[in-house]
Amino acid sequence: MSVTTPASRTAAETGLIGRAEATHAGGERQREAIELLRAEGLPSRRVEAWHYTDLRALLGRRPEAGSDAGTPATYLTPFLPNSVIVDLGSAPAGNDPAAGVEVLPIEDSLDWRERVNHLDRAFDTLRVVNAALGARGSAISIADGATVEQPIELRAQPDASGGQGFSSVTLGERSRAVIVERQPASSAGALSSAVHQLDLGSGSDVLWIVVQEKGAVETHLGQLNVTLRDDAKFRLFVLNAGGAIIRQEVHAQTVGEGADIQIRGVNLLQAGQHIDVTTTLNHNVAHTTSTEIFRNVVLGGSGVFQGMIRVAKGAQKTDARLACNTLLLSDEGDFSAKPELEIFADDVQCGHGATAGEINADHLFYLMSRGIPEPLARALLVKAFVGEVVEELEYEPAIEALEARIDAWLAAAH
Amino acid sequence: MLEIKNLHARVADTEIEILRGLDLTVQDGEIAAIMGPNGSGKSTLSYIIAGREDYEVTAGDILYNGESILEMDAAERAASGVFLAFQYPLEIPGVATMTFLKTALNSQRKARGEGELTTPDFLRRVKASAADLKIDMAMLKRPLNVGFSGGEKKRAEILQMALLEPKLCVLDETDSGLDIDALKIVADGVNALRSSERSFLVITHYQRLLDYIVPDTVHVLYKGRIIRTGTKDLALQLENEGYAQIIGEAA
Repeated sequence: MSVTTPASRTAAETGLIGRAEATHAGGERQREAIELLRAEGLPSRRVEAWHYTDLRALLGRRPEAGSDAGTPATYLTPFLPNSVIVDLGSAPAGNDPAAGVEVLPIEDSLDWRERVNHLDRAFDTLRVVNAALGARGSAISIADGATVEQPIELRAQPDASGGQGFSSVTLGERSRAVIVERQPASSAGALSSAVHQLDLGSGSDVLWIVVQEKGAVETHLGQLNVTLRDDAKFRLFVLNAGGAIIRQEVHAQTVGEGADIQIRGVNLLQAGQHIDVTTTLNHNVAHTTSTEIFRNVVLGGSGVFQGMIRVAKGAQKTDARLACNTLLLSDEGDFSAKPELEIFADDVQCGHGATAGEINADHLFYLMSRGIPEPLARALLVKAFVGEVVEELEYEPAIEALEARIDAWLAAAH
Repeated sequence: MLEIKNLHARVADTEIEILRGLDLTVQDGEIAAIMGPNGSGKSTLSYIIAGREDYEVTAGDILYNGESILEMDAAERAASGVFLAFQYPLEIPGVATMTFLKTALNSQRKARGEGELTTPDFLRRVKASAADLKIDMAMLKRPLNVGFSGGEKKRAEILQMALLEPKLCVLDETDSGLDIDALKIVADGVNALRSSERSFLVITHYQRLLDYIVPDTVHVLYKGRIIRTGTKDLALQLENEGYAQIIGEAA
């Protein structure tokens, strides 16, 4: 590790350490994380994993947290009807909020020494920040064979800096669940973080939905870590529809044959926003599959997509595909896409593609020639562009809820 | 209905002139056929009437019911009653056909100051028109034109025309890619819409379509101008002799 003196810290780093100190209640692990941040700071652009998202510059240009801790999460209507709410880190009234589900508070967040992104530093930046800010977490276990009928909605408890949560979710063999990770707006200047770990047992099936709707001057750093065993299915949908500085990481690994990863996401960007989605899909064993599609609508701001597919030696018959498609609706916005493949097996099918373009003029003319006014025709085409990936969810409550959020965003942005 | 006067047009931002002084008048209730060899400007004419922005009108005017439409965008022209049946209808993934039809219908009604259709009323109209054109309702549950065969796309165009009830219908090579049975269905659909208050501009390469949609007038378009106007017999003459003779006479 390099030794740096505290004097060289940027305003962003000093501010972050200040926030962390303010929440510190004496915990040893949090102290350790704060000291690591003090010693190592935030990653510079020379750290490849953070090349397009320079936290040292970005965090510095944002105002500090206000005293308002925002709307307490309990007043929020659940994203999906009939959801069970889990406030991360607090003991639920009973330990069994729904049949087959057990929730317990846990002390320690995930180990930041584990390098989940090989392009990050010797420790994991996002996990350190989460621990330094005093994240509170829960262990959620879903019993073998259980099909949880009600969706489970995870919320961080709001605090002075915005809400820091973590979880360790274990799905038993052949269990099924729908989990919503809710990242609602809190207060101007807030910095929130979330680190989740999922262990998907053999034959289990989870639909995880990240709903990020932070306010216009908020920062959110999120990380999902997923391990899939034999025939497990991980379906993820990420909606980024808010926030000033957003980093959402997804790190998945297959350790059992037949595992399948399906990631879909929509990033909606307007002026003043920086949204970064960074994913690494690690196919570690033979006969596993993954498909990842992100659709981005850019009215302004900056978007980043870094998508890595890694196929380990011996992981034959891997079938992995990713795509990142961007609709640029303004000259003011930009989007950087970096798809990567790293393949150490010789009998695999992998593909990646990134596209960027404007609204198709032929499509626009066709709709207008039927009497649909231009603004409405454009809105239909934008909705169609993102709607395609939403519809792939094949779970009606989530499709409806996501479409409503996307419609609301587009209506407000136009 | 339609009066085109000395129309000159080029591809926007280029010097490529496609229409070079085109004159054409279509009366109320008239079916006018436009024929012409490849590259004569037939499709360009249809796009310019519909309001496509890829072309620039450099001289002349298009009067629709006595008023110039050049300043109107495509949606405004459609709401005022202009309809273009595309030679190649676009596939638009992600836009549901029924949503599209309803949005188009209600947008036009709104522009004309009429109330929106209720969903049952809308569905009733779609079902009636679809049945006439032998269109399976299941087809309309798909995204707009996605996965439709060539014939299905053309029938879907006529369905849109029937629902929107335009006053001026421009059919751009509606016969291309149709087998004879599909051609009859499409022609029947068009003929059912004939009325003294509705005019048609039928653009085609072949006389065959005109056996089913019988025109009142036939116009030959060549190098961006109408070089000959006649009755339906002119189409038969072209079928037998080709364009060379008439082009030679006009030169």
